[in-house]
Amino acid sequence: MTATPVLDALGADSSLASLAPRADFPLLAAQPALHYLDSAATSQKPQVVLDALTNFYTTANANPHRGAYALAAAATDAYAGARETVARFLGAKDADTLVFTRGTTEAMNLVANAWGAAHVREGDEIVITALEHHANFVPWQQLAKRTGAHLRIVELTADQRIDLDHLAALLTPRTRVVAITHVSNAVGSITPVAEVVRLVRETSPAIIVLDGAQGAPHLPVAFDTLGVDFYAFSGHKLLGPMGIGGVLGTRARWLECQPWQFGGDMIEWVNDHDSTWNVLPHRFEAGTPNAADAVGLAAAVRYLEALDMRAVREHELALLRSAHEKLAGLDGLTIYGPPPEQRSGVLSFTLADVHPHDLATILDQHGVCIRAGHHCAQPLMRRLGTSATARASFYVYSDASDVDALVHALVEAQRIFASVAD
Amino acid sequence: MSDLQELYQSVILDHNRKPRNFGPLDEASGTAEGKNPLCGDQVEVAVKLDGDVLSAVKFTGSGCAISKASASLMTTAVTGKSRAEVEALFDKFHALVTGRAAEADITKEALGQLIVFSSVSRFPIRVKCASLAWHTLRAALEDGGADAPVSTE
Repeated sequence: MTATPVLDALGADSSLASLAPRADFPLLAAQPALHYLDSAATSQKPQVVLDALTNFYTTANANPHRGAYALAAAATDAYAGARETVARFLGAKDADTLVFTRGTTEAMNLVANAWGAAHVREGDEIVITALEHHANFVPWQQLAKRTGAHLRIVELTADQRIDLDHLAALLTPRTRVVAITHVSNAVGSITPVAEVVRLVRETSPAIIVLDGAQGAPHLPVAFDTLGVDFYAFSGHKLLGPMGIGGVLGTRARWLECQPWQFGGDMIEWVNDHDSTWNVLPHRFEAGTPNAADAVGLAAAVRYLEALDMRAVREHELALLRSAHEKLAGLDGLTIYGPPPEQRSGVLSFTLADVHPHDLATILDQHGVCIRAGHHCAQPLMRRLGTSATARASFYVYSDASDVDALVHALVEAQRIFASVAD
Repeated sequence: MSDLQELYQSVILDHNRKPRNFGPLDEASGTAEGKNPLCGDQVEVAVKLDGDVLSAVKFTGSGCAISKASASLMTTAVTGKSRAEVEALFDKFHALVTGRAAEADITKEALGQLIVFSSVSRFPIRVKCASLAWHTLRAALEDGGADAPVSTE
């Protein structure tokens, strides 16, 4: 890609401060020379999240929903309160329609098993896109194989957005599931959700499953007005702990689901040869819940609410524009994905003659952490005609110095690889 | 020299840019494919055995500079050697890139040009890149028709 850097814009962008104080993030505060540009893989954690975890274990630790004593009630209240907070953050009035999972991957497997296995039959169609992370690709691919349904893959535009015309062409009355990413983890493209919902509702009875792993951390989400059936997300990408995430569903769709994991908490009554199921959301949360991490996640979303998700989006867009302009000015650099306005805080690129894996090593030596590889999106990489890209991703604690360090290290990588004559 | 300059020294950059023995091998007696699932590196190694001696080795594929240069330098190092000598050299190379060359008493002379990979041991994430072609070569030498791909995972 060739573009001329806009010099006066660069000057203005160079003053971009972080949206959240870096001092709030103990890891970043302890390593001031670190330029963490891999937030799309996992975000750093603010002190309030770590405090919430410690506070749960030091003041409220007991098994929720079980003990008949005050401490167990405190644990139950803390877990239920976390559910209320996270549901509110994602724009869902009915907190009981939020089922906690380990993250997006487990959430997608839940929907594919709990809804998909009960409703997808031989000859039905499942629509996914070439943009998907493996977590929203493989569960559907395998469901199709198990049931004899047909897997349809929506192709992309030249700048790696979902080709809506192709989506429209693939939808039929036999389409049972449309599973699409909200934001591409590999190239950052934002899906025009309203348009997708309109197209699907016009032509098919399919449920719409949105992979919000990269959506919820970076864009305001209002589940109740999105018009989709399920929305999955991961807590660790939005300042929360690892091992907690969830999936929102409409009550009607949840009631169409069969339990997919069995055990404690999810049952109502167990007879010798049959059982009945607990109410939502517990029906889909077998075993001791991850209450501590849910409480940590609630602290994370309160932190994001205080920042305001609209401001988060604006901040990332400003960083993206700045990085986009500076990188586009480097010789031999190719940026994948749509223009900054149509993407979230992810910049995926390759540099001629320098493999992304080598770039990651060289950048690491300059304190710049980026991801190099296929980003768990091999179907997309095949379509890009490459096995790997380098990916820099921004978040609330990123600032202009991170962008400058990235550019500086890329120039250094070019210099090292140019040192050998042909 | 900085760590980076040592890792990306001129011999490695040169073999990355102009890999030796790159391309298909006619009348191969064994082939194998190796993959590094983490970063998508991919290499195919084809060998021609003349009795017990490796008379020709060629490779194709794509990957980072370390994996490509390693495959290239490997082909030049093993051509003309017996299977036992190749295996012994792999052991030495592996000790080198995992930082165990000194304790294993492996001399610079025994490694020849492969010594340029000595600094890989300071980049543990890159050990797999450097050793992928070697694992694949071993599989190609054992290739008796089975095509299970080699993986570094």
